[in-house]
Amino acid sequence: MADEKKLFKVTIDNITIEVEPGTSILNAARKIGGDVAPPAMCYYTTLKGSGGKCRTCLVEVAAGSTADPRPMPKLVASCRTNVMDGMVVKNITSDKVIDARNGVVEFLLINHPLDCPICDQAGECSLQDLGYEHGKEGTRYEFARRTFEKHDMGPYIQLHMTRCIMCFRCVYAADQLTEKRQHGILDRGDHAEIATYIQKSLDHDFIGNIIDVCPVGALTDKTFRFKNRVWFLKPVDAHRNCSHAKCSGKVTLWYRGEEVFRVTARKDQWGEVKDFICNECRFEKKATADWEIEGPTLVSRHSVISQGHYVGVERPQEVLYDVLDGRKPQLLMDIHSVSEVDRPEIDLSKINGPAHSTDFEPHEARGLNPTSQAGNPWNTGKLEKQ
Amino acid sequence: MSRKLLLDKANVQGIRTYDVYRREGGYASVEKALKMTPDQVTEEVKKSGLRGRGGAGFPTGLKWSFLAKPEGVPRHLVCNADESEPGTFKDRYLMEFLPHLLIEGLIVSSYALGSKVTYIYIRGEYAWIPEILETAIAEARANGWLGKNILGTGFDCEIYVHTGAGAYICGEETALLESLEGKRGNPRIKPPFPAVKGVWDRPTVVNNVETLAAIVPIMNIGGEEYVKIGVGKSTGTKLISACGNINKPGVYEIDMTISVEEFIYSDEYCGGIPNGKRLKACIPGGSSVPILPANLLLKTVKGEKRLMNYESLSDGGFAKGSMLGSGGFIVLDEDQCVVRNTLTLARFYRHESCGQCSPCREGTGWMEKILRNIDTGKGKKSDIDLLWDIQRKIEGNTICPLGDAAAWPIAAAIRHFRDEFEWHVDNPQECLVRNYGLAHYADPLEVVAPA
Amino acid sequence: MIKFSEEKLKKVGEIITRYPEGKQKSAIIPVLHMAQDEFGGWLSAESMDYVATLLQLEPIEVYEVATFYSMFNLKPVGRYVFEVCQTGPCMVRGCDDIIDYIKKKLNIAVGETTPDGLFTLKTVECLGACGYAPMMQLGKYFRENLTPEKVDSIIEECRQKAATNN
Repeated sequence: MADEKKLFKVTIDNITIEVEPGTSILNAARKIGGDVAPPAMCYYTTLKGSGGKCRTCLVEVAAGSTADPRPMPKLVASCRTNVMDGMVVKNITSDKVIDARNGVVEFLLINHPLDCPICDQAGECSLQDLGYEHGKEGTRYEFARRTFEKHDMGPYIQLHMTRCIMCFRCVYAADQLTEKRQHGILDRGDHAEIATYIQKSLDHDFIGNIIDVCPVGALTDKTFRFKNRVWFLKPVDAHRNCSHAKCSGKVTLWYRGEEVFRVTARKDQWGEVKDFICNECRFEKKATADWEIEGPTLVSRHSVISQGHYVGVERPQEVLYDVLDGRKPQLLMDIHSVSEVDRPEIDLSKINGPAHSTDFEPHEARGLNPTSQAGNPWNTGKLEKQ
Repeated sequence: MSRKLLLDKANVQGIRTYDVYRREGGYASVEKALKMTPDQVTEEVKKSGLRGRGGAGFPTGLKWSFLAKPEGVPRHLVCNADESEPGTFKDRYLMEFLPHLLIEGLIVSSYALGSKVTYIYIRGEYAWIPEILETAIAEARANGWLGKNILGTGFDCEIYVHTGAGAYICGEETALLESLEGKRGNPRIKPPFPAVKGVWDRPTVVNNVETLAAIVPIMNIGGEEYVKIGVGKSTGTKLISACGNINKPGVYEIDMTISVEEFIYSDEYCGGIPNGKRLKACIPGGSSVPILPANLLLKTVKGEKRLMNYESLSDGGFAKGSMLGSGGFIVLDEDQCVVRNTLTLARFYRHESCGQCSPCREGTGWMEKILRNIDTGKGKKSDIDLLWDIQRKIEGNTICPLGDAAAWPIAAAIRHFRDEFEWHVDNPQECLVRNYGLAHYADPLEVVAPA
Repeated sequence: MIKFSEEKLKKVGEIITRYPEGKQKSAIIPVLHMAQDEFGGWLSAESMDYVATLLQLEPIEVYEVATFYSMFNLKPVGRYVFEVCQTGPCMVRGCDDIIDYIKKKLNIAVGETTPDGLFTLKTVECLGACGYAPMMQLGKYFRENLTPEKVDSIIEECRQKAATNN
C-alpha cells in the first residue's frame, strides 16, 4: 500500500483489532463478531442520526486511549462512541455491562405485549433474540401493559404501537428515503407513539422500507399479514431491473412451495438493509416471473429461519417403513379404533356430575352391548357395575 | 447579614426600569468589560471560581474556554431560563424583578464569547416574564447597550427571548438547543458537546440565568474579590429558593458560609418551621438531589455543622450527604409523608421524561406505579427492593441526567426512610389515615413551645 | 379557513427574523403559542396545518412538536383553565385539598370542563412557584398562596369577566 493510513488499535473483550479512525466501538466489535458484538436495537448503519437511544449496546470503557488511559465514568453507547487508539473496551467481560443490559431488556419488555404467537415478526425479531439472550423468565412488572389507540396507516403497512420500542429508525428512514415525511413521534415520555396524527395512509414510493428497518413487529407488511410464519418460508435472493431510479431492485423473495409470500430488501448479518427498495418491488411483484433468481439466501444456522433449510440438504434415503424395522407407522390412525376409553356412542353432556375413570372401561368388561341404548347406565344415572 | 451581590438593589423602587437601574450603577460592568479583550473577561470569570448555578455546578470560566472558535462560523450564547426543577424559583425572581441585571450579564458574557445573537430560552409557563425582559432589552437597546457597534467598540449584539411550552427536559442544555431549533426537546447524544456543535451546529454556550447575572458583580468587583466571598470552591453568593414547611418561603441570597441550621431557623432567612413543628427532612438542592433526614442535614457524619455550600452539602457522598444543586431548598416537617413526597417526584419525572431512551421512559413510570401502590397501602415488602433495583438500573444508563434525577430521590428516600416505606406496607389501613411521623430521626434542636 | 390578522402575521414575520436564515423552524413554539391564543385556546389540526404553512414545514413536524410540550392543548378547553400544580413542594403545602375543593366547587373531575364551557381543571407538574404554594396558572399569570376563599373569588372573578365580555 502506498499511503498507509494510521489505524487505531482497540481491545474489546481482550481481543485486539485495528480499525480506521472514526469507527464506532460497535462497528469495531462487529468486525470481531460473535458475542463480542453488542446487541443494537436502534442503531442502523445506513440511517444517519440513528442510535444511542435503546441503551442495549452499552459497554464499559476501561481505558479511554493510550494518551489518556482513564476509564470512562459511565457505560457508553457503543454505537455512538468512536474508538480511540489504545482504547480498552469491555462488553461481555464486564459484569456492569451485563447487569445494565439485563436491566434495559427488562425495561423494553415490561410494556411489550409478548404477543409473539400472533406476531408476524416472530422468528426474525430483534427483541425476541434479545429477550432470549438477556431476558429473565417471568416478569417483575405487575401492572397493566401500555396500550394505544389504533392508527390505520394504509394498505401496505400495519402498525402495532404496543410492540414498538421507540428506536426511531422508521422516522429516520422516512426522513432520509422519502422527500415528504408523513409520520413521526407524537406525545412524549411513556406515551410517545409512532403516528401520523391525523389518520393518513403512508403512500410514498419508498415508505415500505420502514417495515424492514423496524426491529420488532410494530411495523409489518400488511400484504403478508397472518399469511405465514417466516420459518416456513424459504428466502431466495433475486433482482429485477426496476424503473425506479432510487430502487436497487435487489430483494429477497420468501417462498413457500412455488408461491412468493412476501418480498423484502436484503438484510446483512446484523439485520440491516444496505440497498433499499421501492414499494412496487415490495408489494406488487409477487410472481417468480417478475424476478431474476440468484439463489438461496444465506441464513445463519442459528436463525429459526434456517429450520426450513434446504441449502445442501441431504434427503434421507430410506423410507419410514425401513426405519421402523418393518412395523407399520401408526401415525395416522383412527382414534376410535385404538382408544380404550373412547365411547363415541355416549353423549357426554348427559352425564350427571364429573366423569370417573371407571366410566370408561372397555365395552366388554361392562357386559354391555354398545349399540343398545336401553341398557346404557348413563341414561339411567346408575353408575354401579353390572 | 450576608453580603449581597445580586439582590442588593432588589428593593429599590422602580429598579425594573432602565433609568433607576442605571442610576443605581447598572451597566457599569459592560463599560468595564468592553475596554478589556474578550479573553480577559473570560479570565476574570475563571479567576472568580464561579460555578454554574443551574444545578451541576460546573466552573463557568472553564466552560467558556471550551467554546470552539472556528473562523467564519457564528457562535451563540443561550441563557437557560427554563427553570423547572421542583423547589427552584430563583431565576424567575431575578428576571421578574431585576431584568436589567440579567441583560447586563448577558451583554458582558456575549462579548466574552463573541456571541452576536444571544437567546434567552424561558419556560413557557412564565408567560408574563418575556414582556418584562423584552421591555428591558428595548430600553437597553435604546440606550446603546445593544445593537450595532456598542459603545463604539465595534461589538454588535442582539438578545432575543424564546419561549418554551412546558417541558422540564428543556432545562437540559442539549434538549434546550433542540427546542430552540423548533424540535421536540429530546436531549442529544454527547459528544459532540454544545461548545463544538450547539444550536444549528454552531458553537454554543448555555448558562443559567443566575450564572449570567453573577457575571455583573464579578466584573464590578473583580474575580479575586469574588473568591473571597464564600469558602473553598464555593465562591461568591448563591440564590436559594426556600419552600415547604417554613415560616418565610422565598428567594434568599446567601454567601456560602452560613450553616444549614442558621438558614432554616434564623429570622433573616426561613424563620423556622411553622406551628412549632419539628424538622423531619429536607431536599436541599431541588427535587433531584438526595433527601436528607434532619440529623444528617444539620450535621455532617463527622459531627461538623453542615454549611450551605457545594462541598459541605455533598459531604458524605450520596450515602450521608446531598447536593447544593440548583438551590431549591424544600423543607419537610414532622407531618409530611416521605413516601407520598417521593411519589409526587416520581410522577413528576415520569411526566417529564422525553421518552427517547428506554431506561428512563419505562423505568420512571414503573417506579411511579410501585410507589402509588405503597402509598395507598397496596404495596409489598419486596416492592421496596424492586424500587431500589429499578432506580439502580436507570442511574447512569440514560442519555441525559434526567434518568439520574429520577433515580436519586427514590434511592435517597429508601436509603434514609426505609422504615417508613415498610410501615406503609405493614399498616395498609393506618397509612391511609395518618402519617408515619418523625420516626427515629431525632431532631437535634430544642423546639420552642408555641405560645 | 383560519388566518392570523395582518398584525399577527407581521409578528410572525418578526419572530422568524430572530433566527438565522432558513432556520424558521425555530419559530414553531412561539407561533404555536400565538395560534393557540388566537384560535380558541387549543390547537386543532387545522391550526397546526396553518402554522406549518406559515413556516414552510411538513405538518408532521408541527404535530411532533405540539404533542411534546404540555402547554399545548390538543383538545378544546374551557374559557378559563385552572392548572393546579401538584408536585412535591405544592403537595407539602396542601395542593391536594385545593384540587379537591375546586373539583367539588365546579363539580368536575380533573381534566374535565364545566358544562357551560367556562372552566377546565387540569393538574400540572412544577410551575416554579414552590415558595408560594399551593398555586395555579390561570391564563398568563400565576395565582399563588391559594386558599378555598381565594379559589372562590377567582371563580367569581372569571364568571364576572365572562358575563361582561359576552
